Amino acid sequence: MKLSQSGAASAAPPRPEVSDKMSQSSRQRQRARSAWLFLAPMICTLLLVAGWPLLRTIWFSFTDASLTDLNAAEFIGWGNYLYKEDGEWYGLLADAVWWKSVWNTLTFTLISVSVELVLGMIVALALNVNFAGRGLVRAAVLIPWAIPTIVSAKMWSWMLHDQFGILNDMLMGIGLISAPLAWTADADLSMVAVIMVDVWKTTPFMALLMLAALQMLPKDCYEAAKVDGIHPVRVFFRVTLPLIMPAVLVAVVFRALDALRIFDLIYVLTSNSEDTMSMSVFARQQLVDFQDVGYGSAASTALFLVIALLTLAYLYLGRKYMRVGD
Amino acid sequence: MSQTVDAKQLLRKTAFYLLVAVIVVFSVFPFYYAILTSFKSGSELFVVDYWPTSVQWGNYISVFKGTAFGENILNSVMVSSAVVLVSLMLGLTAAFALARIDFRGRGLMLIAILSVSMFPQVAVLSGLFEVIRGLGLYNNLLGLVLAYLIFTLPFTVWVLTTFMKQMPKEVEEAAILDGASNLTIIFRVFLPMMWPALVTTGLLAFIAAWNEFLFALTFTLTDAQRTVPVAVALISGSSQHELPWGVIMAASVIVTVPLVALVLVFQRRIVSGLTAGAVKG
Repeated sequence: MKLSQSGAASAAPPRPEVSDKMSQSSRQRQRARSAWLFLAPMICTLLLVAGWPLLRTIWFSFTDASLTDLNAAEFIGWGNYLYKEDGEWYGLLADAVWWKSVWNTLTFTLISVSVELVLGMIVALALNVNFAGRGLVRAAVLIPWAIPTIVSAKMWSWMLHDQFGILNDMLMGIGLISAPLAWTADADLSMVAVIMVDVWKTTPFMALLMLAALQMLPKDCYEAAKVDGIHPVRVFFRVTLPLIMPAVLVAVVFRALDALRIFDLIYVLTSNSEDTMSMSVFARQQLVDFQDVGYGSAASTALFLVIALLTLAYLYLGRKYMRVGD
Repeated sequence: MSQTVDAKQLLRKTAFYLLVAVIVVFSVFPFYYAILTSFKSGSELFVVDYWPTSVQWGNYISVFKGTAFGENILNSVMVSSAVVLVSLMLGLTAAFALARIDFRGRGLMLIAILSVSMFPQVAVLSGLFEVIRGLGLYNNLLGLVLAYLIFTLPFTVWVLTTFMKQMPKEVEEAAILDGASNLTIIFRVFLPMMWPALVTTGLLAFIAAWNEFLFALTFTLTDAQRTVPVAVALISGSSQHELPWGVIMAASVIVTVPLVALVLVFQRRIVSGLTAGAVKG
């Protein structure tokens, strides 16, 4: 009896009895009902930990809630976002520090994801070649991915230490710099440091996704290109890249959405410095350090909106060009 | 003629292996340097060395002496294991429905689950704080288990659905003909066949929970309830500008070694899980 796939059912020989057909459709309905039963525990859990808290956060963003007493929150309309008093604008949208954090987050996302894309592609191409010890190299590449972000931030803070750091020692050793640099404290350098550590940590992820795409490519068109004597670089841009483009786009979107919500790395590497503060760090500082749940929730909601809009755009485009879920 | 071809090939080969060497050194060096630093003591710390000079266990002893670090490790193990178990249980039944049953709203459900995995954690921070305090789970490991489901559950459902789709239809049909219920099919038929997928998904969820920082930092208060990432982040010295780098590196190494071991042992599974989670989405 074919039950789950409609396509397969039509291929099956026609059933002689009508009653059997009836029981088949009722069974299908029963199965559909049991599907929801099986989904219910997961849906309830996600509503409890994601749906409801998100709604509460959005509600708090319209109140003057404080961490010490959330129940005393009172509705204040758009006050956390924008309001005018004595000819001056106040609120999140008039907050220069928040705008700086938006700018930081966007800069960070754009640069780190681009660098990771290029480096990840190089690593993926290298790992796609069959050579002795490839398994070991792949394992080595996975190490940065497995290390907790906090720990990698600490490891790098030590390597980037302004007085005793090994990076300054190396750069001075090869004569690139003449005096030690204060990587994490210097306003111009700290974003460079954050991006550097993020690139180290997440390039493996990019590389693995692209490697998986590379390994699914058909071999014959490469052999044809080889026979025709076409230069490998040309083959890469004309054959390989167009073929793996869908996988590359998915990897980039995943990474970008992840980079937009960055918190751990920046919080540990440069703490609450305004030079590198991301939107997540800003929101948490307001929520927890300043106990201003209303204002912090407004900042959280703003970040959520940015990410939600980008996700919707991606899902819309994804649905248009490939069938989601198949 | 053939000599120049050989020379060219040799050059190409050397360049390739040089690239591979750079990739390996770049990936491994920070971890190597952390290990190197963790074995140094006192003023040795302030001399940059590229090779091990001496091995001293002092930092490893200081990590545990008079601190809650042992408890913190235990907390992390318990929280991560509990999160994995709950996610797999809820994920397995949900994945069965999503992968094997054709029902109205299935596509929408998958998209909703994918969207939750895109949630910025900070967006639910204040709401979740209220829920956790309302349930009396503030500064309690159970609160963390609950909170972590927000990122492990969507991911688990998504990956298990991908794997569950690949199960042969014939097995399920045979079980239905034998009169097996859906629950029997899930736990007696599919579960034994899905061990590799469960191990992969469980590992990835474990690593994600082990590494989590924002919720652990916000929803716990006392040293005894902290997980290791928070403990490592909060190690401080006698003054703000005098961090005990040797101890921090020793703690970092302790936290990371189990993960690196897992990755080395299960690298194939991890790679297949990561790509199933992303590429096929």
